[in-house]
Amino acid sequence: MDLNESLSLVSVIGAAGKMGSGITVLVAQEMARLSMLEENRDKTFRLIAMDLDPVALRGLQDYVHNQAIKAAEKQTVALRGLYADRKDLVENGEIIEDFARRVESMVWPSTDLAAVKGSKLVFEAIVEKIDIKTMVYKQLKELCPDACFFTNTSSVPIGKIDEQAGLDGRIIGFHFYNPPPVQKLVEIIRAKSTTDEVASIADEIGERLRKTLIPSHDVAGFIGNGHFIRDGIHGLVQAAGLAKEHGWAKALYAVNRVSQDWLLRPMGIFQLIDYVGVDVFKFIQDVMDAHLDEDLTDPVIDRMNELGVLGGQHPSGAQKPGFFTYDRGRIAAVYDMEQKQYLALDPQGWCAEVDAWLGDLPGGFRPWKALLMAPDKKAALVAHFAALDAMDTNGAQLAKAYVERSRQIGQALVDDGVAFGAEGVNGVLTSGFYHLYGPINDFCS
Amino acid sequence: MKTLRKPVYFLCGDYTISLGTGRKEFHPKKPRPGLEHYIAEAGKGVVAQISDPAAIDEGFVGNFMAGRFNRQGHLGAFLSLVDPSLKYKPSTRVEGACASGGLALASSVSSVLAEKSDLVLAIGVEVQNTMKAIYGADVLAAAGHYAGERKNGHAYFFPSKFSDRAGAYKERFGLEKTWEAMGRWYEQAILNARTCPQAQEYHNKDKDPFASHQAMKPNPRSFCDHINFYDCSKVSDAAAALLIASEEGLAKAGKKTSDAVELVGLGHSVGDLTAPPEDQTVLDTSRHAVSQALAMAGIDISEVGVIEVHDCFTMTGILSVEALGLAGHGEGAAYVISGKTRRDGETPVNATGGLIGWGHPTGGSGVRMAVDLVKQLTGTAGESQVKVSADRPYGLMLSMGGNDKSVVSCVLRRGA
Repeated sequence: MDLNESLSLVSVIGAAGKMGSGITVLVAQEMARLSMLEENRDKTFRLIAMDLDPVALRGLQDYVHNQAIKAAEKQTVALRGLYADRKDLVENGEIIEDFARRVESMVWPSTDLAAVKGSKLVFEAIVEKIDIKTMVYKQLKELCPDACFFTNTSSVPIGKIDEQAGLDGRIIGFHFYNPPPVQKLVEIIRAKSTTDEVASIADEIGERLRKTLIPSHDVAGFIGNGHFIRDGIHGLVQAAGLAKEHGWAKALYAVNRVSQDWLLRPMGIFQLIDYVGVDVFKFIQDVMDAHLDEDLTDPVIDRMNELGVLGGQHPSGAQKPGFFTYDRGRIAAVYDMEQKQYLALDPQGWCAEVDAWLGDLPGGFRPWKALLMAPDKKAALVAHFAALDAMDTNGAQLAKAYVERSRQIGQALVDDGVAFGAEGVNGVLTSGFYHLYGPINDFCS
Repeated sequence: MKTLRKPVYFLCGDYTISLGTGRKEFHPKKPRPGLEHYIAEAGKGVVAQISDPAAIDEGFVGNFMAGRFNRQGHLGAFLSLVDPSLKYKPSTRVEGACASGGLALASSVSSVLAEKSDLVLAIGVEVQNTMKAIYGADVLAAAGHYAGERKNGHAYFFPSKFSDRAGAYKERFGLEKTWEAMGRWYEQAILNARTCPQAQEYHNKDKDPFASHQAMKPNPRSFCDHINFYDCSKVSDAAAALLIASEEGLAKAGKKTSDAVELVGLGHSVGDLTAPPEDQTVLDTSRHAVSQALAMAGIDISEVGVIEVHDCFTMTGILSVEALGLAGHGEGAAYVISGKTRRDGETPVNATGGLIGWGHPTGGSGVRMAVDLVKQLTGTAGESQVKVSADRPYGLMLSMGGNDKSVVSCVLRRGA
């Protein structure tokens, strides 16, 4: 099937969720662009935004509006070309408004799964539970007999869904990173059964949406979560060790700092788990644990879920309390699981004690943000890790163990046939997680 | 008009900070002061320097686009915000795109020469951070010919006009040299802005602005073909004000000629707004206005010790150097690279950073330039002061609107 034809009738299942709403906006924009082209003037384009939650769907409409405006503002240079023969629309403001309205008009919200009938392309972004996914796909198969199914799962094996729902290979893993309109990376997971036609449409649409596509084999968790979940568990185990002596708040604070500053990552590991959601972390763990011959549970995550301390984001994008509370994006307090309460950061008090216990950062330290675009990034990383290597402080020991574990995880993803080589692992970590370096490298020994 | 029929003086200038990205005070999501605040603050800075505000006879407010940026017209009637004694005095808003400030000066001078007024308050103001740059580009595009060139114009209309000029200059006179000169112009703007606490780039901490400029290659997909963001003046909120006086006006203000600078040359030219530039590498209207001003002053450019030009883009700075006659056609880039326009150079240009470094409140920039020249020539420019030698006692400014379509040039001389 021709890609442009597939894009004439698209559905997004779970469209009002965090990932679904981003996918909706992204795909609706491409459909709006297509609808502007001379050869498509008499064709119709529709995106069925299906979600069971009507309140969230109403929110989706606002989100689509705001995101469409933002996207149009960024692409105005190109949009003026697309609107060249619209003599009635002259100013940037007029063109932006028209394009945003066009994007919005692509999106047809519905709470009824039957509305997706006849779709050529279906993006699925529902809960990470294989039984629910299977149930939905069984219905989708009947409703959309010609469709290609793109599942946004970040952990469930694609082949399993195909097998259980009987999709005859018309499914592929198309894993966006959060938020889909911003993040460049898409992991492409082809099951053994995936047809060539579906695989080629996935490649084409990934290119059309200007994404960086990295293939992964169909092993639960794939590359991104294959690394993230194990890396997170390593942090949790490190923290549990420290908590015995220092208590939970200090332990979480220390490991979070080490994983951010000593490892030169954009955020510390527990902040990242909060961002993803402590509950989502557990969903993914459970899927991986069920499909892999490896214990991937963690008592701390289980306990946090029992306590209902779940992180994630408000619809506004503001961070909900998890391991930390946040004030305008910055960590304000740390959760103490034993006390069941948050302990405010106190830079002059207990935080300073932990900082002293960790010791100095490696000499010449420059934070992640300063290095991200620095022309001498590579040399700076080499110097940083050489300095770290020579240190023996508590912070350095935690960091060295962390770097080594991350490397092992990355290497195992290659050895176990999840990633297509070290570049696959490094590519996902640098483009999807914004790490400055891949875990498999030769400058952190 | 071959010469001014009576002496005219510029004095008591003042300006607000230039608020926008780069200033620590600026936060895009927080409320900011409006037009009224800027007009009042700059005006009060002026009247605080004279004995009796009521001595001011008249006001001119230079502004380009408050009607769209602030949904506010009728700026003349804000005059009494400066001082209650100005209520019922005549006051007029003048507009000529980014030369509006220059026009406020020219109008003030006309009023003094016509003996309508002896002491005139000229204010220039623009408050542009009310909208995102992509929409601001629409507003500013009105300085071009809407019916003739907007529809086929670029999203960033004016940057692209000067990007085209940069492209033509690069092609004709050498890409590398031109690009290097653009970087040097940017560097000079930042270094000079760091001497002026009100400048928008005053807080700029970049250790090597030249390298930063050179590293950012033009990106036609998101911006323009031949320039980058560093080549552009920023979006600014600011106002500047000063007094324009006859000898009687000076006396009424309680000032001596040594407190003031004398206007000895004035040029005001407009090109054809509906016509594209005849030669992309020449600012012909600017050249015309400058020649007029120098001829009236009866001097040569070599006698000018300090200069303010309208560098809305780095390329405009380089082309202005040629329009002034400091360098020949095609030699402006080498002239800039040689360092002659730097604050310690042969002829310092834009000692507080110019439009790129100080900021560019579009309709206010012409008045801001005059304020800076008055400070330089009276030796009151503080950290920004450059050496103005006795044998080159003149200052010159060039206030330009649109794509070199409305230009006001003033030649000023240190007071006796």
